[in-house]
Amino acid sequence: MNQVQNFTKGLFKENPVFVMMLGLCPALGVTTSAINGLGMGLATTFVLLMSNIVVSIIKNAIPPKVRIPSFIVIIASFVTIVDLTMNAYLPSLHKELGLFIPLIVVNCLVMGRAEGFASKNNTLSSIIDALGMGFGFAIALTILGGVREILGSGAIFGVSLVDADLMLAFVLAPGAFIGLGYLIAIHRAIKKN
Amino acid sequence: MEYIIILISAIFVNNIVLAKFLGICPFVGVSAKTDTAVGMSGAVMFVMTIATIITWLIKTYILEVYGLQFLEIISFILVISSLVQLVEIILKKVSPPLFQALGIYLPLITTNCAILGVAIEASGTTDFGLLHSTVFAIANAIGFGLVMILFASLREHLDLVNVPKGMRGVPAAFIVAGILALAFMGFSGMV
Amino acid sequence: MANKESTFTNMLLTMVIVTAVAALALGGVYKATKAPIAKNQEKKTNAALQKVLPEFDNKITRDTKTLETDLGKEITLYKAKKDGELVGVAIESFSTKGYSGLVKIMVGFLPDGTIKNISVLQHAETPGLGDKMEKGKSEWSKQFNGKNPAEFNLSVSKDGGDVDAITAATISSRAYCDAVKRAYKAFKQEIKGGE
Repeated sequence: MNQVQNFTKGLFKENPVFVMMLGLCPALGVTTSAINGLGMGLATTFVLLMSNIVVSIIKNAIPPKVRIPSFIVIIASFVTIVDLTMNAYLPSLHKELGLFIPLIVVNCLVMGRAEGFASKNNTLSSIIDALGMGFGFAIALTILGGVREILGSGAIFGVSLVDADLMLAFVLAPGAFIGLGYLIAIHRAIKKN
Repeated sequence: MEYIIILISAIFVNNIVLAKFLGICPFVGVSAKTDTAVGMSGAVMFVMTIATIITWLIKTYILEVYGLQFLEIISFILVISSLVQLVEIILKKVSPPLFQALGIYLPLITTNCAILGVAIEASGTTDFGLLHSTVFAIANAIGFGLVMILFASLREHLDLVNVPKGMRGVPAAFIVAGILALAFMGFSGMV
Repeated sequence: MANKESTFTNMLLTMVIVTAVAALALGGVYKATKAPIAKNQEKKTNAALQKVLPEFDNKITRDTKTLETDLGKEITLYKAKKDGELVGVAIESFSTKGYSGLVKIMVGFLPDGTIKNISVLQHAETPGLGDKMEKGKSEWSKQFNGKNPAEFNLSVSKDGGDVDAITAATISSRAYCDAVKRAYKAFKQEIKGGE
């Protein structure tokens, strides 16, 4: 597989949210607005990138039986770094994302890529894989956040389009599930054509 | 009374799956059949309760005493993943059929954000003592189990109806989950 | 480099090294971000204080007092002074009666007990309904400004008080009133010597 394919597979064909159904908790939990979705997506991308790099470098030095625990420690460290850095420099976004930042550590996507890809491939491929998957995740979250923001509060990226509350349910919990359900169906339809 | 409020709030009002979006992966992944949903809920309840108790003790008596709160994420996740291994070993010995049924999903409890989420929330709520946290964990586990089983039985019926082709499978399941979440919103304001 | 074998020594050594490196790295990041995080907190408190108090010139975040309230929680009281004279008191109050979770507000009082302004610090109320308690989202919270709780009954009209509740969000409104009441109680206790 060449590197271009390696990058683009995460964006659409193997999109982590729409196709692989990974990382659904933050995908549903933080996407009350497009900007929150984007912030969460980028934070996850950073963790994914850094852990993929480290894992692909040290993969041979780790005995197979403690591979998973070591990966968990590595991922948890980068998550803590993101958590602290965001709290220091982006306090308002940090507050919005709340509990879901520490929960990046249990995002199946991050562990899945570290175990399934980075532990078998070289560093360059792992970086590209992480970027592709991370951006794919960020795009999915931004779209879902955008859809919910437009339908729920009539705004996009905080810019008000209509001066009214529309379908409030879309900002609330049910809208997350229903929005994601329809987006997956749309993604399937596009992929088929 | 206080404990009853915690119970009702965690099971119905702020349901862990439908309102807080934790544990979505097993919610979608293992909920196709009712009996696997029951098994998964049992495993989650066991792990969640013990994990919350242990992490609360670690946070209160080690991390806070030495000012090491920034190691919270790393220590919590390590405790939880070792605990899951333990449950796996015990289950293998005690109930092989259940172990077989849960198959690959048991290791996935490690990456079930519901466990870590509840542990962080319980230890982060300032006025939660050990007993509060334990009740909170049990309540959330019950909430998780309730919704899992409800959703699994709904999905079993979903197989029998004629869903438009593009919506079959996961998309339809999400729509149903959305409607279920809508129904659970009716509980809000109860406490 | 060949794969290492899973001997006990190898496993132990690997885990010790991995965790040690991780802990060291985190310690470093924690130290580096500690100051900015504290500064953010202070900036936020300061901004809220400036919103709810008349003009003041003392270092207000130093002139505080912690009061014990019911439910075993502490609340903080800030004294605003200009040229050494007390011009207002801000109280960081809370309510546990919110729709979902804690509601935290900063209430600014003039020395005679009149509410100058109120700012919401933290809440998790329903977007579109209960969150109208926030300043930017609706005019609702303005009805408190300029009122003195001595003659203004801080309960929603449904409970026989003088406050118009937010439409379809009576519980959030009750929580807000509860927090303001708690602040006023602390104010009376502190300023008027608990009459």
